[in-house]
Amino acid sequence: MTRQELPDERVKRAHFGRRALAGFAIMLALLLMVAGRFVYLQVFEHAEYSTRARDNRVRLRHLPPPRGLIYDREGRLLADNVPAFRLDVLPDKVEHMDRMLQRLSAIVPLTDDDIRRFKQSLKQHRSFEQVPLKFHLTESERDRFAINQWQFPGVSVDPYLTRNYPYGDEFAHVIGYVGRIDEKELKRIDPDRYAGTTHIGKTGIEKQYEKLLHGTPGYELVEVNANQRPLRVLQRVPAKPGKNLYLTIDERLQRAAIDAFDGQTGAAVVIDPRNGDVLAMVTVPSFDANLFVNGIGQADYSALLENPEKPLLNRAMRGGYPPGSTVKPFLGLGGLELGLRKASDTVLSTGTFYIPGSSRGYRDDERYGSGRVDLVQAITQSVNTYFYSLALQMGIQRLDQWMGKFGFGSPTGIDLPDETGGVLPSPEWKRNTFNKPWYPGETVISGIGQGYWMVTPLQMAHALATLADGGLAHTPHLLEATSDGLKAPERPYPQPPAVQLTHDPTDFPPVRQGMLGVVYDPKGTAHGLGDGFPYLIAGKTGTAERYSRTSDAYDTNRNHAYLAERHRAWFICYAPAEHPQIAIAVVLEHGAWGGSAAAPIARKILDQWLADTPPSERPPLPVTAATGPAAAAMRGTP
Amino acid sequence: MNAIVASLSGRALRMGRRILSRPRIDLPLAVALVILAAIGLTVLYSASNLDTGTVVGQAARFLIGAALLLAVSRIPPSLLRAWTPWFYMLGVLLLVVVQVLGEGQGASRWLDIGVIRFQPSEIMKLAMPMMVAWYLHPRPLPPRWRDIFAVGILLAVPVLLVVVQPDLGTALLIAASGVFVLFLAGLQWWKIGTMAAGLAASAPVAWHFMHDYQRERVLTFLHPENDPLGSGWHILQSMIAVGSGGLLGKGFNQGTQSKLEFLPEHTTDFIFAVLGEEFGLVGALVLLALYAFIVGRCMWIAANARDTYSRLVAGAFGLAFSVYVIVNGGMITGLLPVVGVPLPLVSYGGTSAITLLVGFGVVMSIHAHRKLTP
Repeated sequence: MTRQELPDERVKRAHFGRRALAGFAIMLALLLMVAGRFVYLQVFEHAEYSTRARDNRVRLRHLPPPRGLIYDREGRLLADNVPAFRLDVLPDKVEHMDRMLQRLSAIVPLTDDDIRRFKQSLKQHRSFEQVPLKFHLTESERDRFAINQWQFPGVSVDPYLTRNYPYGDEFAHVIGYVGRIDEKELKRIDPDRYAGTTHIGKTGIEKQYEKLLHGTPGYELVEVNANQRPLRVLQRVPAKPGKNLYLTIDERLQRAAIDAFDGQTGAAVVIDPRNGDVLAMVTVPSFDANLFVNGIGQADYSALLENPEKPLLNRAMRGGYPPGSTVKPFLGLGGLELGLRKASDTVLSTGTFYIPGSSRGYRDDERYGSGRVDLVQAITQSVNTYFYSLALQMGIQRLDQWMGKFGFGSPTGIDLPDETGGVLPSPEWKRNTFNKPWYPGETVISGIGQGYWMVTPLQMAHALATLADGGLAHTPHLLEATSDGLKAPERPYPQPPAVQLTHDPTDFPPVRQGMLGVVYDPKGTAHGLGDGFPYLIAGKTGTAERYSRTSDAYDTNRNHAYLAERHRAWFICYAPAEHPQIAIAVVLEHGAWGGSAAAPIARKILDQWLADTPPSERPPLPVTAATGPAAAAMRGTP
Repeated sequence: MNAIVASLSGRALRMGRRILSRPRIDLPLAVALVILAAIGLTVLYSASNLDTGTVVGQAARFLIGAALLLAVSRIPPSLLRAWTPWFYMLGVLLLVVVQVLGEGQGASRWLDIGVIRFQPSEIMKLAMPMMVAWYLHPRPLPPRWRDIFAVGILLAVPVLLVVVQPDLGTALLIAASGVFVLFLAGLQWWKIGTMAAGLAASAPVAWHFMHDYQRERVLTFLHPENDPLGSGWHILQSMIAVGSGGLLGKGFNQGTQSKLEFLPEHTTDFIFAVLGEEFGLVGALVLLALYAFIVGRCMWIAANARDTYSRLVAGAFGLAFSVYVIVNGGMITGLLPVVGVPLPLVSYGGTSAITLLVGFGVVMSIHAHRKLTP
């Protein structure tokens, strides 16, 4: 090392020292910037990022409430929740949704409807929420998917509870069914209450009492990792199940009523006249409600739609039938109540009735008439002339007012959705509907339940029950009680108060006597129906014509098939006549005569009712039981 | 018996003292490095979900690195200087080989030579400043334009080889470590300004040659909120981890962001975020202070070195080391785009740790031989 180099080395060193210091200062400044950034994030933005860290890892999972169960009055389970499996999709995990769906449909058949619904609900869910794709997988679908699951990230088979109706078609028109929530319902329902719920009551009791059946959803706060895989439950608020419903329906009576129809198209409604309990409500033919729960297949649906007997039509409360002669006891009572006639007043039946000053004739069923008849005989023998003249005497206004009181022409208010009110024809109604004037002849035929009259079987049963209970009208209802979980049902479910429609109890016995005659008088139109039944049955037949008689073919062509095609056969009855506990209305769409076709169905229902009623709950037998009810009935005739 | 044990332990003690004292390594720097390694292993233990295997593996690499550090520290700087061109050429050669044979996720960065897998680009982080220092040390300083041009070529070869891997972040760091030598060699400020202006002007050209994923990273950095589940995810989750840590952190092994895998790469590039989440601002500032001390110590050693080569190498190494910390810290706090730069001696990874320790070996050697004549 020479002396010349030393200063140079010293200069170099000093020079480097300055540069090293400058470099270090710059780096220190940058390190301080990073430190400042930590201060900013960890002190000033701490609250914000804490929230976001929590949002990252905590997911809210909805717990849909189990739907309430539905029982009959004896505690038989009519609507149940059973475990099933469905395909769920987590949209976040699916790269190409359409391609995935296409490949998936080769393994698990997906209908266009499934895909349309799925895409609809995709829009309503966030991308990390599972969206159901297909419900109620069959075992083979589940197996096939399990083998191929690795090909479908984000698609899983998950268990869920699905609605099941153990009695299939027996209550399809009463309980109805649940189905997938559709777009219209989605706008109506409270999204919080239905979070995680996929099904909603569509018809019947399921729809009517949706609020009770649905329950309150719960939720879980679940810790998830970045792959959204749940790791543990942080907090859990369980769902509150919907209320269980106990119906007034008696399943055995319902079954017996359906069997009694033996496949004939028609409807029957059975009501307890003491309180309005609907004991049975039958429509034949019916359909399997289970088909609709998870989306009905096209083939099944077409079959139901194309069936000429229209199994989807709820005949019991939406089928309108001309009531025919079944209106006669009500009209007869009206004559007494309105003070137009006394029970003993008689009318001469000659076979044809003429409005004074008119040549148009209105027929009796007996070609040459029944002679002079009073109210009891007129009901027993269903003498048209008596009621033609009574209707004319009342006038259409009073007739409508009176029959309207019994519920004709308006819905009964039963606790089922979409009940129809039938038609109680009036001059006003005719003007509004057809823009035509009312003719006196139309008043005349109203007296025998013909013309524009349309009555639902439910209306008929309700009116009959009111008549049976001495004019006290109870709104018919199906819900008897509700219960929470396993707690005992709270009985009874509150019902609207009963309304007394009539003012003179003494007007009833003659009407009842006439109706007893229908069953027990040799001339009665349902004579013999009460044979072997321990209690007195008060009944009335009705045979309504679907078309007006335009030729004499009706008189000459009286074979059964011809008449069955033309007629609606009704039979209404209640029993025991002195202490009514059951009121029945039966209608057959293709019955020749009420007495021969519809009455035996009512009898079978009565037999079942008797079998179901334990002896302790039965009313006392008629005092003259030893000699048979028929004798007792006839002896009581004034 | 006791005498034998005493004599054995006495001998071991003496041997240890000799290793530490002859030649004398810088104790403050050594202590700082040990503390840093301890912090690194602690955070890694949590970040790996208490996986002992990972931590033991990393500790083993630290031991290998420490052995190499001690070995290198005994080699006089003159010898290191003489080997520098060969070291540089070996690095370039390995970069070429990795380009042909390499493996890695979407980028050929790794070289597998049976016993170990390593990244040649990491070696270049050390070889680069050494080579530039070797080139400049006999020449007049501050560097003339022709020397700058020559350095440019020395830089360009390995940098381009790393760019095509493609690993833009590492390439920039390698280039920076070379440029730091120029800076420390006294490059005039106006020349620095001219070169910076030239670089800025060529930025659009660079953009043109960037890979899509690199452009995306830059765009993501500029607008991280646009795409919270896409490429902005990393930055956002990292900021959430750091921000939610607060002043004192959530505690060891309590960080939800890393435990539940919201934080990506939480044992490697984003391990600083794990530290920020679990040990809070206090932990982050302690670590940054430790890094600042290490850098400062390197610069002090450089300033006291005996020759130009030693000064330039130690100084450039110190500055480059600080840049790793700044780039990684800036990345995990959302100040800088996501570039794959590990946090020195804390991130999980062998090549980086061992290369850095070898680099500190060089610094130690410079310190140890500062008073000896060449």
